[in-house]
Amino acid sequence: MSVRQTTRRTRSAAALAAGLGVLVAVSGCASQEQAGVGGGGENTAGAEAAESEIDCTQFEQFGDTDGAEVEVYTTIVDPESQSFIDAFGPFTECTGIEINYNGSRQFEAQLPVRVQSGNAPDIAFLPQPGLLAQMVSTGAVVEPPQAVVDNVDQYFSEDWKNYGTVDGTFYAAPLGANVKSFVWYSPSAFEEAGYEIPTTWDELMTLSDTIAATGVKPWCAGIASGEATGWPATDFLEDVVLHAQGPDVYDQWINHEIPFNDPAIAESLAQVGTVLKNDEYVNGGLGDVRSVASTEFQAAGLPILDGTCFMHRQASFYQANWPAGTDVSEDGDVFAFPFPTINEEVGNAVVGGGEFVAAFNEEPATQAVQYWLSTADWANLKAQASNPGWLNANLELDPANLKSPIDQLAVEQLQDPEVTFRFDASDLMPAQVGADAEWQQLTDWIAADQSDEDTLNNIEAAWPQ
Amino acid sequence: MDFLLDAETTPHKLVLMVVAIALFVVVMGAILFAVDKPKRVPNWLLVLGFIGPPLLIMAFGLVYPALRTLFNSFFNADGSQFVGVDNYTAIFSSEGLQVVLRNTVLWVVLVPLLATFFGLVYAYLVDRTRFENFAKMLVFLPMAISGVAAGLIWRFVYEYRPDQEGINQIGLLNQLLVWLGLEPRQFLLDQPTNTFFIIVVMVWINAGFAMTVLSASIKAIPDDITEAARLDGVSGIGMFRYVTVPSIRPALVVVLTTVAISTLKVFDIIYTMTGSQYGTSVIATEFYSQTFRQFNDGLGAALAVLLFVLVIPIIAYNVRQLRLSEEIR
Repeated sequence: MSVRQTTRRTRSAAALAAGLGVLVAVSGCASQEQAGVGGGGENTAGAEAAESEIDCTQFEQFGDTDGAEVEVYTTIVDPESQSFIDAFGPFTECTGIEINYNGSRQFEAQLPVRVQSGNAPDIAFLPQPGLLAQMVSTGAVVEPPQAVVDNVDQYFSEDWKNYGTVDGTFYAAPLGANVKSFVWYSPSAFEEAGYEIPTTWDELMTLSDTIAATGVKPWCAGIASGEATGWPATDFLEDVVLHAQGPDVYDQWINHEIPFNDPAIAESLAQVGTVLKNDEYVNGGLGDVRSVASTEFQAAGLPILDGTCFMHRQASFYQANWPAGTDVSEDGDVFAFPFPTINEEVGNAVVGGGEFVAAFNEEPATQAVQYWLSTADWANLKAQASNPGWLNANLELDPANLKSPIDQLAVEQLQDPEVTFRFDASDLMPAQVGADAEWQQLTDWIAADQSDEDTLNNIEAAWPQ
Repeated sequence: MDFLLDAETTPHKLVLMVVAIALFVVVMGAILFAVDKPKRVPNWLLVLGFIGPPLLIMAFGLVYPALRTLFNSFFNADGSQFVGVDNYTAIFSSEGLQVVLRNTVLWVVLVPLLATFFGLVYAYLVDRTRFENFAKMLVFLPMAISGVAAGLIWRFVYEYRPDQEGINQIGLLNQLLVWLGLEPRQFLLDQPTNTFFIIVVMVWINAGFAMTVLSASIKAIPDDITEAARLDGVSGIGMFRYVTVPSIRPALVVVLTTVAISTLKVFDIIYTMTGSQYGTSVIATEFYSQTFRQFNDGLGAALAVLLFVLVIPIIAYNVRQLRLSEEIR
């Protein structure tokens, strides 16, 4: 073979490779665009929602938006995404705006990358106010139109508006919500054993002692969740801080006006420890105290069904983890009671979480979507289209539209002006604290039996200067 | 013509496909035509044609990000303020990050040594036996699985269930312990031994690689050397120690350094087994956590630079050894 021949062959190969590259690039674009649209699923409830009528004239203020497309970027993926897509049906009919629903599990890591590289979505559902503040600091988030502000003033409590506000400027309307202050139990098992639902912390402790005396562990718990291991423990601590120390201390704690190792927080951590680090109390059917750290949170409550434990503190969304066929109702297999009051002066209180709608441009179509998501119409349509596990803080959301009794109970608490509401503290703290140090230190607190003092000091040390 | 970018119906997709193929043919044809056109091409143009594109891609995809990372590592969390070497000081002074460094050292020292040791001994023991191929296949199989799958498999091996009535063990190791009348253990929770139990997984994966390369080198040892040694009265462990190991020294170095480099980058195994919790984090997992979960770009970049700096001497040693062994030949 001559030298000339060799070069020609290699050249053709290079040309072929280049040509293939073009082909792959073109077809790659095509499939990527499609991936944004969620897969269709059978959902009769959604079809119903799409048929119900809404007032189309309310969208006239945004002008002619026919044919516009709006990308919605979110953490909520299939199957939960279907009810979102369904609830957009009447909106698209009215306005002609197509929604590109794009759900990603890597949302939290990807959104900052997309925003920094100038490829921000039109709208993002942000799961934490902390992330909202971070996005606002990049300058990419735009303020919503006045119509959205009016809606939020009308339909949401002051608290919820505040969580969408950064440095005094309101940016993002609340979307979904969840209530964390619940203790799951088995109504049938309680009835059989003759136990009463405790309404105060003292009653809760007396009940725990009574159960422990029978040789059964009263509590089961689990805080493992991959790299997020520890977050269920932070929720427990937040519940106790809010219920025992009150909303003022809770707010000071979030804003770092008191240090993380303040005596008030130390007292609350010790109180959490009387349950989570008590060998007499945990961990029903799962092992000793240290098994709390290694048990996946999804599986942690299941021993209630086996009768190896009686109580499990976890949010309203935990209902999705019960096996199919479990009767979740007030006198069924499992249900939840509100976290008991600790301090009479504080009374009833709940810790909760939720998502917020942030927009990255001021297109009329984008604003129309923002507006629609802040209406009571949307909240009720979405509730009808959703499976159990979805609710929001809209004051005009009719609890009857929700299918699950636990969701109804949660909404009643959110709408009750007597109940103090506070957002999940770790979601509001800087990521170094709320999404790292607190998780890790509380995990070590259980897994390595680290002392309360060291745990709190280490978290305090992680607070950015 | 919007459908060219956003095809949704079948006819549109078909048209898009035809357009893509036509484009491919046109581009290909143009390139082939252009290639054959000039009869005499200057050498520098040929060289540029071949080396140019890779150089460009390297510059854009490798050199630029590397420099950018180095640059970022001297700035604070959101890149707004110059902080000098503060990020590097933090890596070496903060207590949490010291655990990370300790774990990284454990990984980089133990995994290459153990994997190479087991691979070597195994290769030597099964060499020229009747069931050699089958035995080698067994050890090589783990190489074929991804780190994530290996992590999941071993997580089940280490799975913990309390020793009480009505509860069945599902973890292999704990079941063995229970059968022996011992208490089940939280293998992945106990610090610092949990790091060793995860290191086992990486050794399990890499022993196959070490075994394959070393086995080939052992076979390449000239028969006259082994025969001469045997005539001199060397046998058994002596043969292994004085003949086999010195003869395959270059291969050993290559295996050790290659495994060390892949160990420095280990991420998937730890991520799937403990989520880098319970004090098992290493530099690569900590880098991910700092950059993508805590949005601390500066510290993340500093960790990436540290990882890069740690790899350099290993690669340099590797290249030097390769060159030396080629000179011998």
